[in-house]
Amino acid sequence: MALKTEEMVLNMGPQHPSTHGVLRLELKLDGEIISDVIPHIGYLHRCFEKHSEAMTYPQVIPYTDRMDYLASMYNEFGYALAMERLMGIEVPERVEYIRVIMGELQRIASHLVALGTYGADIGAFTPFLFCFRDRERILHLFEITCGARLLYNYIWIGGLSNDLHPDFIRLTKEFIKDFKPNLKELNDLLSYNAIFIERTANVGVLPPDTAINYGVTGPNLRASGMKWDLRKDDPYSVYHKFNYEIPVGSGAKGKIGDCWDRYFIRVREMEESLKIIEQAIDQIPDGDVTSAIPKRIKPPEGQIYTRVENPRGELGYFIISDGSLNPARVKVRAPSFVTMQVFPELCKGWMVADVVAILGSIDIVLGEIDR
Amino acid sequence: MKTAEEIFSILKEKFGDSIIELKSDKPVEPFILTAPLEVDKISIYLRDNSELLFDSLMNLSGVDDANGEKVKDENGNEIIKGGNLSVWYHLESTKLKHKLTLKVSTDREKPEVATVTEAWKCADWHEREAYDMYGIIFLNHPDLRRILMPYDWEHGYPLRKDYQNPEFYQGMKVPY
Repeated sequence: MALKTEEMVLNMGPQHPSTHGVLRLELKLDGEIISDVIPHIGYLHRCFEKHSEAMTYPQVIPYTDRMDYLASMYNEFGYALAMERLMGIEVPERVEYIRVIMGELQRIASHLVALGTYGADIGAFTPFLFCFRDRERILHLFEITCGARLLYNYIWIGGLSNDLHPDFIRLTKEFIKDFKPNLKELNDLLSYNAIFIERTANVGVLPPDTAINYGVTGPNLRASGMKWDLRKDDPYSVYHKFNYEIPVGSGAKGKIGDCWDRYFIRVREMEESLKIIEQAIDQIPDGDVTSAIPKRIKPPEGQIYTRVENPRGELGYFIISDGSLNPARVKVRAPSFVTMQVFPELCKGWMVADVVAILGSIDIVLGEIDR
Repeated sequence: MKTAEEIFSILKEKFGDSIIELKSDKPVEPFILTAPLEVDKISIYLRDNSELLFDSLMNLSGVDDANGEKVKDENGNEIIKGGNLSVWYHLESTKLKHKLTLKVSTDREKPEVATVTEAWKCADWHEREAYDMYGIIFLNHPDLRRILMPYDWEHGYPLRKDYQNPEFYQGMKVPY
């Protein structure tokens, strides 16, 4: 008698430590092999876009903080940039420099969470603590700047809420000095750990043309070997003034675009971010950070799509103005939302334990997917 | 690298009346208005034509133009009759480094747009979101379900300008 087999459906989440938020994955299993994954999102839906339509333009900024709560500075940055382009505001150079410093610090903080929790997903708990120790330093820098650790409301349309703290430059320099050896420590502890490599190399390979067709951007696209970074390819702010590299995946431990590449690209991006911060704090000009903030924010009728390189990829704001004080439409192109679509493709043919490894490697934030 | 005018003339030559007009009088960004039921063919042409190569869909966004007539329904709530819902497409070519904005306008009472998922897979969830929030039907979409709202939500489309909060959802009072 032949053995009777049937497809099994397993729900992973909504409450599961490695879904990084509230996400339900409906796994269709053939034994332990994944035949399909259906992600169910929307558990954190807060109607950001509907709220925005009832707010004035500056009031939207605190809401943008709450989308990608690990990269709030960059969310504000993108929104402020879109509004400045729509209204044609010239921002003082000091503001641009501070925004870049904050953005890159935020990138490091965000990547530290991504790497730390990824290690914890795979089963290495110590790197998680080390990463959070370093991230704490960055959060402290943000706290002395604007009083908040996670949700800042710091970057405003046309400027910043206030200037840097007198100690900021000194503390940032100290942080950079201390952080460089810590990065080596992280590499020794996790990146080149044989068990970690065994779990992540060759797993969940994402080819570059699939990635582009699915709209994957940011570190996940670069890990697939595509050199694409909006800081270079669609320059904004003062990024053109600094020397830094765009790291791409090389397949050093397996194939190009596997989980290890996606992990390691973030380590290398942190090194590049440090370079940018070092140059920026050396060159930062004097100036008044609030001088260009308009008294009354009433953009002309029109529409604009502006994007920035968020730690997770291309963060786009599509804003339609009808000439009134409230936006007629704010649509956010959230990088995690788009990246999540490719997830079922990555998982097919792998095992249940690999789902955790793949999900951690694409580094999603559910607050941004659901908005 | 091509400008919006050049892309417009290429498309106009190929698709004729489906490409309605190029609007560049408003500030900031020019866009091309196209026919909602032809946009699937146009999207594949945009992706594959060697002069255009729009391999990436940056963003797809539903919009309520709210340009219809405002009337009161039987409960005294203001609703919008007629007018348009529209969909905006922001495209980019990673090889040729040019960008394009497309817009389609569809009828509010019967909002139907052809899907572009055949050209760009990433349109899948964006279109589901536009369906979820505005009730725009994407014809031939592989899996048109609600995405952010609950699957059993029966109280309309929340991002429409005349949306009214329901009183109850599954027996729970909503404006609590």
